[in-house]
Amino acid sequence: MTAVEEIRSIAGAIPDPEMPALTIADLGILRDVRVDASGHVDVDITPTYSGCPALDTIREDVERCVRDQGFTDVTVRIVLSPAWTTEWMSEAGRVKLRAYGIAPPRQHGFDLTPLTIAVQCPRCDSTRTHELTHFGSTQCQAVRQCDACGETFPHFKEH
Amino acid sequence: MVAGAAAVYALRLADDCLVLSHRLAQWSSRAPTLEDDVALTNIALDLLGQARGLYARTAELDGTGRSEDDYAFMRGEREFINCLLVEQENGDFAATIVRQLLCSTFQLAQWQALTTSTDGPVSAVAAKAAKETSYHRDHATDWTLRLGDGTDESHRRMESALAAMWPFTAELFESDAVAREAGALGVGPDPATLRPEWEGYIRRVLGDATLVMPESTWTPSGGREGLHTECFGYMLAEMQHLHRSFPGVTW
Ligand SMILES: [Zn+2]
Repeated sequence: MTAVEEIRSIAGAIPDPEMPALTIADLGILRDVRVDASGHVDVDITPTYSGCPALDTIREDVERCVRDQGFTDVTVRIVLSPAWTTEWMSEAGRVKLRAYGIAPPRQHGFDLTPLTIAVQCPRCDSTRTHELTHFGSTQCQAVRQCDACGETFPHFKEH
Repeated sequence: MVAGAAAVYALRLADDCLVLSHRLAQWSSRAPTLEDDVALTNIALDLLGQARGLYARTAELDGTGRSEDDYAFMRGEREFINCLLVEQENGDFAATIVRQLLCSTFQLAQWQALTTSTDGPVSAVAAKAAKETSYHRDHATDWTLRLGDGTDESHRRMESALAAMWPFTAELFESDAVAREAGALGVGPDPATLRPEWEGYIRRVLGDATLVMPESTWTPSGGREGLHTECFGYMLAEMQHLHRSFPGVTW
């Protein structure tokens, strides 16, 4: 394994502070890892939302994990461009979200607007669900209710 | 040529976001429903994040290297160059919704234009912010329709909120040397160019909400020069109190 691959797998495995079932690689928050000739490590991460309060914690976690692995010369940078999108969430991440009780984001259409397909209830799989409020317990979640089983559940919003 | 126009332009954007963010945060634990408590504070958090990115960019452009906290907590009232609309008091829920409708519609048009800014970091903030702000505008639109076309009482409150907030909208589209320079440099739109799109959307939503677009002859301004309305000083005093009392405090 190259140094870049090693760092990518260590940093990528760090859990998201607000949804610890998912890693920052699952969410597409880890953008890039570079190691230069002198051994200096650059790690790029990107926020899901502009004010995401978890980002500072993630930055510290990445820095610590990479250091602990012996790469002591490390800079973690926050990059805004290109802007994060739910399209960057891995398939593994979507499966984990569902198992965690959060409906995953729907995939985008060609015009980058979410397809108008139904959001499935993570409890009973019914597609008959409706939005209760667009703003949930974190910036990235809305709250929906299932018309079949009555369950209220978070939905990771398409972005 | 205006010296430092790009820095002033970025600071105006940042101050608009921060001040509106703080006003919305004042709703925390006071909103009429739990859902809206969460919605307003989520919107506040988006705006705070947008402000942070823009303050960081301003610090590079103006060469002072100030921190985000320096901009937020260590400047006096006359150094803030936000527009007057964002600083207006929350009032009742109708007043906040009207302010949100007017502000978010303006900001969305502005962010969309800024995605092609020649200033890379500003266009990066704008690309994220445009997505976030489209949800802010949806939220304000939903409530405007519900309250405007609601009960007699909610309609009456929306009417008086509109009358109170409307005069401050003229300033949003004012052009000056900084705005023209930013437009010429491709840094961002001269706000005057955003008016048709803004007015078209607002007119449609107000019409659907059975509300009448006010006509106002009183058009206060001065925010971009640091001349603010009375309520702003009180807001800043509250917002800056901790940092002023304990300079450099960390926790
Ligand atoms: Zn269900």
